[in-house]
Amino acid sequence: MKIHEYQAKQLLSARGVAIPSGRVALTVDEAVAAVGPLIEESGTPIVVVKAQIHAGGRGKGRFKEHPELGGVKLVSAGAGGGLASAEEGVRQAASQMLGSTLVTVQTGPAGKQVNRLYVEQGIDIARELYLAVLLDWAVSRNIVMASTEGGMNIEEVAANSPEKILRQEIDPAIGLADFQAHAIAWALGLEGTTHDNAFRLVKALAAAAVELDADLIEVNPLVVTKAGHVLALDAKMSFDNNALFRHEDVLAMRDESEEDPAELEAAAHGLSYVKMDGTIGCMVNGAGLAMSTMDIIKKVGGEPANFLDVGGGATTDRVMAAFKIITKDPNVRGIFVNIFGGIMRCDTIATGVVAAVKEVGLKVPLVVRLEGTNVEQGRMILADSGLNVIAAADMKEGAAKIVELAGGEE
Amino acid sequence: MSILVGKQTKVIVQGLGKTGRFHTDKSIAYGTDMIAAVHPSRAGEVEQFEGETDRSGVPDRPDSYDVTLPIFRTVAAAVDATGADATVIYVPAPFAADAIMEAATAGIPIIVCITEGIPIADMVRAKRYLAGRPVRLVGPNCPGVITPAACRIGIMPGYIHRPGRIGVVSRSGTLTYEAVHQLTLLGLGQTTAVGIGGDPVNGTSFVNVLELFNDDPLTEGVIMIGEIGGTAEEEAASFVAARMRKPVAGFIAGTTAPPGKRMGHAGAIISGGKGTAAAKIAAMRDAGIVLAPTPSDMGAAMAEALG
Repeated sequence: MKIHEYQAKQLLSARGVAIPSGRVALTVDEAVAAVGPLIEESGTPIVVVKAQIHAGGRGKGRFKEHPELGGVKLVSAGAGGGLASAEEGVRQAASQMLGSTLVTVQTGPAGKQVNRLYVEQGIDIARELYLAVLLDWAVSRNIVMASTEGGMNIEEVAANSPEKILRQEIDPAIGLADFQAHAIAWALGLEGTTHDNAFRLVKALAAAAVELDADLIEVNPLVVTKAGHVLALDAKMSFDNNALFRHEDVLAMRDESEEDPAELEAAAHGLSYVKMDGTIGCMVNGAGLAMSTMDIIKKVGGEPANFLDVGGGATTDRVMAAFKIITKDPNVRGIFVNIFGGIMRCDTIATGVVAAVKEVGLKVPLVVRLEGTNVEQGRMILADSGLNVIAAADMKEGAAKIVELAGGEE
Repeated sequence: MSILVGKQTKVIVQGLGKTGRFHTDKSIAYGTDMIAAVHPSRAGEVEQFEGETDRSGVPDRPDSYDVTLPIFRTVAAAVDATGADATVIYVPAPFAADAIMEAATAGIPIIVCITEGIPIADMVRAKRYLAGRPVRLVGPNCPGVITPAACRIGIMPGYIHRPGRIGVVSRSGTLTYEAVHQLTLLGLGQTTAVGIGGDPVNGTSFVNVLELFNDDPLTEGVIMIGEIGGTAEEEAASFVAARMRKPVAGFIAGTTAPPGKRMGHAGAIISGGKGTAAAKIAAMRDAGIVLAPTPSDMGAAMAEALG
């Protein structure tokens, strides 16, 4: 689960990570009202309006409705204008951003509608650094990752100059040891009180990741101010969904408007679903088989409309729900049901498909490949249903059939 | 011979809920030597299993079975009373990592965890706890381990397996079944099939299982089935290139998976440009592994690799 920048900053600030002052705003008026107190608190005549969406690259992104406007807008009180001019600047930025669609490298061309803003004090930046806590699969532990190359795409830094990336493994029995946090702060070139500030922040960030079951905390950039403060200027957090049951406060931060409605509906039925851009709907049991069903459709010249794993313990109801989610996608021109029944019995799948088709109707070709437990009963249920279901002997044949019937790659 | 489990393996089950009970019954029907259960709230009771023998399992058994398992409060008590040397865990996700650590402390050398959805941090801690102890954890979030006609531990359909020459190791349950089914139809059969699971933090890696198959005299070739996410397949490819004495065939799922999206398994995600199918396929091909272009071709790829 992902959360917004301002929510991440709330969680981190409460755990000792230094952040700039800021206020969340759901309306233009709230954004304007934040300006006065922020300027007073920080003593800085500059505020920044930041669009809150669950995607990165906001600063370089552009609004569809306002091509000159990015997702992060600096507003200055100006030399003579004072507070009123800053408020006017924020009013203009906020009214253009709210309800508009921000397109960034991470949103895809469709972009994301901005419904929340974060108004933050301006910062006198001396240096931009990078800091993250994430799981390192190779060692089965969290690591702290840091770099002097803040504000850049860390993947590019890792690819082009891997020596600029520092790593410290977190021992789950110990947490991040002091010497490790010191090592990071020194490697970032921080000395004196700035070093101490960074040391505290690194320790707090590592502890927060464990306490909150975050699978990623990324602070990019981590900034050093001209006064020597070390602040998380941006914060991206995502959480291990399997651990949310023990974090009600995090769960309460979920913003479902940022998520795909079909994926949400699928999750409510215990289905694992990912929307794709193609035309062949897929219903499969097992994650590996579901992935390779998409792959094989592509291989025979089609494009998958979705990933869908009905899971091992699926019931007829769940199969019906899956079928309805697939048929709701207007791009779907054919459906491929690919089941290797182990625990999931083929007759359960067949019964679910027949019931779903009878309820929602079938306007596109349907190819079903059944193999495994109770396969004969399953095939019989489909054959006796009177529905126009095309049977396939294996998944390669099934994929070829459905792509042909749906009209190829178009 | 086989790896990890065989006819002599004495197995307990942790967690006798609906799934635990269902599959304990299937394992007994298959001929697995299930000897006890651990379920704290029912300690002192017994659980009865009876039904028709699964003819695809251990040969030369009566047509029906009637088995009574004693239920213990702790794994240590079950081990003391029975001398179990393997356990299968169906405990719900919030408590499963604890169950793993309990089994390890009780000295059970083979721990198979089926449970899906264990918090990653719990597994990170459990894995740290297991380090240095003489135990092997298989899973979590896996179908289990089966040595055909000898011992079924987990949730796989027993009847698709046949004793044979090929080792199978996989991150995906259903793709394991596909491979096993094809090997059976081709007459190659399996020595042992091991599901290592779809989680990012797991107990047993591809390399661990490849090492075991490498040293198993009955195993003549290995199919390894990977998917997007992490670098376990790349590490396996390095191992195969350097040390494997037997032919290996492989398949990788997720060529079309978009980056940043979890594809069903917690561990199936391309993040930070890492864990792509293309990188894994290239590494495996460079290591001399024969890659199946689709899951329908896994058995054929193995036959080709065997020459």
